[in-house]
Amino acid sequence: MTVNWNRQNFSGEDPEQHPAVVALRKNAGTPLVGVGIFRGEVTAVLSPEHSIEALTLLRDDPGLVFDMLADVTAVHWPQREGAEFDVIYHLYSLSNKMRFRVKVPLAEGQEIRSVVGVWTTAGWLEREVFDMFGIHFAGHPDQRRILNPEGFDGHPLRKEFPVQGRVRW
Amino acid sequence: MAKQEIMTLNVGPHHPSTHGVLRLIVELDGEVVLKITPDIGFLHRGIEKLSESKKYIQVLPLTDRMDYMSSGTNNLAYILAVEKLLGIEVPPRARFIRTIMAEITRINSHLLGIGSAAGDCGAVSMLLYSLREREGCLDLFDETTGGRMMLTYYRPGGVANDLLPGFEQRLNAFLDKFPKKLDEYETLLKKNRIWLKRQVGIGYVSREDAIALGLTGPVARGSGIDKDIRRDEPYEAYDEVEINVPLQTGCDAYSRWLIRMEEMRESVNILRQLIAKIPDGPYINREAAKYVYPDKDRVKDSMEALIHHFKLVVDGLAPPKGEVYSSIEGPKGEIGFYIVSDGSSKPYRLRVRPSCFVNLQSIMTMAPGNLMADIVAIVGSLDIVLGEIDR
Repeated sequence: MTVNWNRQNFSGEDPEQHPAVVALRKNAGTPLVGVGIFRGEVTAVLSPEHSIEALTLLRDDPGLVFDMLADVTAVHWPQREGAEFDVIYHLYSLSNKMRFRVKVPLAEGQEIRSVVGVWTTAGWLEREVFDMFGIHFAGHPDQRRILNPEGFDGHPLRKEFPVQGRVRW
Repeated sequence: MAKQEIMTLNVGPHHPSTHGVLRLIVELDGEVVLKITPDIGFLHRGIEKLSESKKYIQVLPLTDRMDYMSSGTNNLAYILAVEKLLGIEVPPRARFIRTIMAEITRINSHLLGIGSAAGDCGAVSMLLYSLREREGCLDLFDETTGGRMMLTYYRPGGVANDLLPGFEQRLNAFLDKFPKKLDEYETLLKKNRIWLKRQVGIGYVSREDAIALGLTGPVARGSGIDKDIRRDEPYEAYDEVEINVPLQTGCDAYSRWLIRMEEMRESVNILRQLIAKIPDGPYINREAAKYVYPDKDRVKDSMEALIHHFKLVVDGLAPPKGEVYSSIEGPKGEIGFYIVSDGSSKPYRLRVRPSCFVNLQSIMTMAPGNLMADIVAIVGSLDIVLGEIDR
């Protein structure tokens, strides 16, 4: 039998060896809060002050070229005081066929800068994160709800939101 | 001087050419589109929220109901993410069976894609022909999985049941017949002047814009982006077959149509290679007893099998703590699942990376400058399914 799931281009054990982590470590303007690896997927944790510089660096570095933003999403951790949310970016490099994950922890009510200027894709993806989690993206050109109707109460993917909803439709 | 007035027109959400419940707010100067604002969410069922209260195996049927034209690839993307989280292995035969089902799904989805795109532009006979050929795919699903559209056929560690005897012959019969039908479609449309007028140069998106917009699948390959996860990050049995990735550089609706036609031919090639190479052996990895249901016959006389069965039914499988992102090349683009596990038997957070959602965003770039009538052709060429956009 063969292992089916390990198809990352990065085969090392140590996340510090990942070229994207190396590039971020080299740059003084993008201090890393932490790095992690699970099942061959490398994650870099960044603070919201430096996230946009780091993501721009990852896109523009000639050795990395993460020219595609595969996904933007968030996770709600209500028990984690002072860092209740993680905003997660999944990057993909067309030329290097490499994937990389960037995680930015945020406190309740804290803003994060929008990456629409870096990748146009982020427009709708960030709108969805705003709609589902209530995270504000500073500098987003069109921050409105996208899947839920205008005037909807609450943000459904927060853990305190009940599955059956608050209103009987 | 004539007075210029901009007209705002509301299209949908209940309109046959919007492929479901898509609402478009179009600002028009005469017949020329100035600005287009899609309004989505009419089919939002909260699949991501719902999965947080369901066990891993119970989430599987929900993924069918996103893109109901390609449930075979939605299931596969989800199951691959769960397997990655669990770290279990899959027997070679199961990998081949899954790949076969995924490729039939691709043909199924593309048939409806080109059929409805042509139907929207007035070539209704094309829609009827493609629905007729699609029956061949659905019959193969029906006999193998018991469902014609909602497969729910894969399991962590393999598939639910083996192929029926004679499946190879029936698949080969379909593969012999199908390319001839594709030739027929091409004689209908490929050089048809009306079709060319409605498609060539419509919905232009340059390669640079397509990369910035994160387009994937046939829409990206129609703009010259050489990306196909089946080849670039092979999963399942794709590393054992030869895959040619068709590319077009027209960047318009016609290029996307050509890509879909070529991809169906390519899927036929891949299916022929797969069916010739399919190995014998188990169709599910029963050795991973903590995660895979035991053989039903063994439950009756083996105590361990009974315990595992009981634990799996009552508690469900519980992967270790961690987070994974796994994506595959669906018929409409990259479909991925990001799962965060807290060690319990339900996902802490499940995120679907939707292909149609990201692709639909590009309509705001594509449509301005085209005529109102071309909006229908552009929506058709994007091949969207609102069930996956709204989730």
